Amino acid sequence: MSALLDVRGLTIEYMTTRGAVRAVDDVSFTLQRGETLALVGESGSGKSTVALGLLRLISPSSGRIAAGSVIYNGRDLAKLPEREMRLVRGAEIGTIFQDPAMALNPVHTIGRQIAETMLLHNKATAQDAMDRAIELLRLVGVPAPADRIRQYPHNLSGGMRQRVMIAMALACGPSLLIADEPTTALDVTVQAQVLALIADLKQKLDMAVLLITHDLAVVSSVADRVVVLYGGRIVEQGPVPQVFADPRHPYTKGLLDASDWSDDDGRERLRDIPGAIPSLGNMPTGCAFSPRCPVAIEPCRTVRPRHVEVGRDRTAACLLSAGGLE
Amino acid sequence: MNPILTQSQSDGVILEAKQVTKQFTIGGLLTRNRRIVHALSNVSFSIAAGETVAIVGESGCGKSTLARCLLHLIEPTSGSVMLDGMDASYILSQDPSTFRRAVQIVFQDPYASLNPRRTIGQSLDDPLRIFGMKDRARRWARIIELLRLVGLPGEFAHRYPHELSGGQRQRVAIARALAPNPRVIVCDEAVSALDVSVQAQIINLLRDIQDKINVAYVFITHNLHLVRRIADRVAIMYLGEIVEMVSRNGLLKGVAHPYSRALFSSAPVLNRDPHAKRQVPAPALKGEVPSPIDLPSGCRFHPRCPYRQPLCSTTAPQLQSIQGRDIRCHFAVQMLESGVSLPKPKEYTS
Repeated sequence: MSALLDVRGLTIEYMTTRGAVRAVDDVSFTLQRGETLALVGESGSGKSTVALGLLRLISPSSGRIAAGSVIYNGRDLAKLPEREMRLVRGAEIGTIFQDPAMALNPVHTIGRQIAETMLLHNKATAQDAMDRAIELLRLVGVPAPADRIRQYPHNLSGGMRQRVMIAMALACGPSLLIADEPTTALDVTVQAQVLALIADLKQKLDMAVLLITHDLAVVSSVADRVVVLYGGRIVEQGPVPQVFADPRHPYTKGLLDASDWSDDDGRERLRDIPGAIPSLGNMPTGCAFSPRCPVAIEPCRTVRPRHVEVGRDRTAACLLSAGGLE
Repeated sequence: MNPILTQSQSDGVILEAKQVTKQFTIGGLLTRNRRIVHALSNVSFSIAAGETVAIVGESGCGKSTLARCLLHLIEPTSGSVMLDGMDASYILSQDPSTFRRAVQIVFQDPYASLNPRRTIGQSLDDPLRIFGMKDRARRWARIIELLRLVGLPGEFAHRYPHELSGGQRQRVAIARALAPNPRVIVCDEAVSALDVSVQAQIINLLRDIQDKINVAYVFITHNLHLVRRIADRVAIMYLGEIVEMVSRNGLLKGVAHPYSRALFSSAPVLNRDPHAKRQVPAPALKGEVPSPIDLPSGCRFHPRCPYRQPLCSTTAPQLQSIQGRDIRCHFAVQMLESGVSLPKPKEYTS
């Protein structure tokens, strides 16, 4: 069976006063039906821009998809006319963002906002849409949903708002849910509730999930596969258990070590990555990670590494990765 | 625990919160519309030289209010903050700079806490000048020294904040806090806004500085992994109260209060074992934190507690010391034995 989503050579540029900068540079990955794929990276890695690009939400005044294709269910979203793209967004692909307070309209009721999605996509009549909104709120675990639909976003807590966002994203039965840092703004006990909810809904509704996050602990508990981004490029991708146990790119290894807070013998130093993340306009030549890389060799500073297979369904873009890192 | 460390800790108390309570009044001009937010209720703890105390809890638990009270940026409604055994409000009324010099803060967002129109050198010069270093050349030498201490080259003094990365800016914020030679630095989510790889750099830096100058840290954070790594003692807060205070060794054995247990078990753990079963942590708590305006009766945690008993909804538990930790729970003894003997309420039994 062909992949649900097949991204090939996606390149996204933003216009700045100093010319075009590449926020996403030749990114390729696939997402199978029913799979959870995590897109991880730190700030400036391009992970959110990938999501915006897939949804074609980059405004023409600030940037553009410069190259590549986004094959979703057999159609190239990168070339779809805007009119048809609007039918994909919200109906076939649902989206939730980090801050539900920003994403909900403060002057409309919860019920109206959930129903609106269905009405726009002609999935229901007005009364049916309201009934379905109540059903969806019940599905995402909002108590007393029949009362909640008449309430406004400010009446709800952060966790409840994120549940409403999820209900909206699910309203038209999408086959792909894009979740951009869905729990970053939430408290840890609420985060556990929302992650469990997404995992549960994914099972029930047979959805694929594209999870965008910086939190590797979250990735290790919910994702099937992982794509690691640095400076707008993929440095490594593969199944989570294998990548996390045996990373083949020095950046993946560094990020895992820095995220690994387990501590056996008291107060040892944390393993950090020296230096800072490069800015987009100022990308190093060769491998983008080479200035911070503990094992870089001379060619790393001039040659841009290509992705090589480093295991079953795994690739890494490092000149040294083929033989393992240790 | 190292007995020498315990000794010096009990002796060398610098800063102490005694029964600190903070209430905010919100609502209309009319008395009948006014409501009281109980942000902090009778919070007590102390910190000694060179010690790191972490304060953890979820949003609305009062941890940032506590940080502001410790600095006397806001006045507690009742209770007091003591510096070297003297009431902070008394010191502030006599000689504000003594208190301000001793207790400094590093905020979460280094983008917001540095003036974009002034160079790093100018920003670092302010505290030195204000705290009485008159000689310009000496101030400049101290600025260079401070930058070195936080791992930045001296030439950064001429740069503007926008020329620096997030991690470098937070280093500058730390340098500024260090300028008056403080004895306590309150770090209010000081690494939360930083990328993971940079977070670790800053934590290592803070530790190195502590080793060099024996400064104490009050670390306000929601990052439970961080707490495990840096804190000598941890206070866990819920709805304005400390529910558990535990030493580093106690933390390694595990937390005991039902809320602490739920909090720590909710944090996903980085799993690097390829054969381990992967799963989302089961949500340990139902519902959400109640409003600090209408506090629950009895124990503030009882409406969400998986171990609650009839007593919990009627009587508020006091903080009691058991096995080297302080716990605010009627059933602390049972909880320390993992709580197995208590019957669970029905929403937690399914």
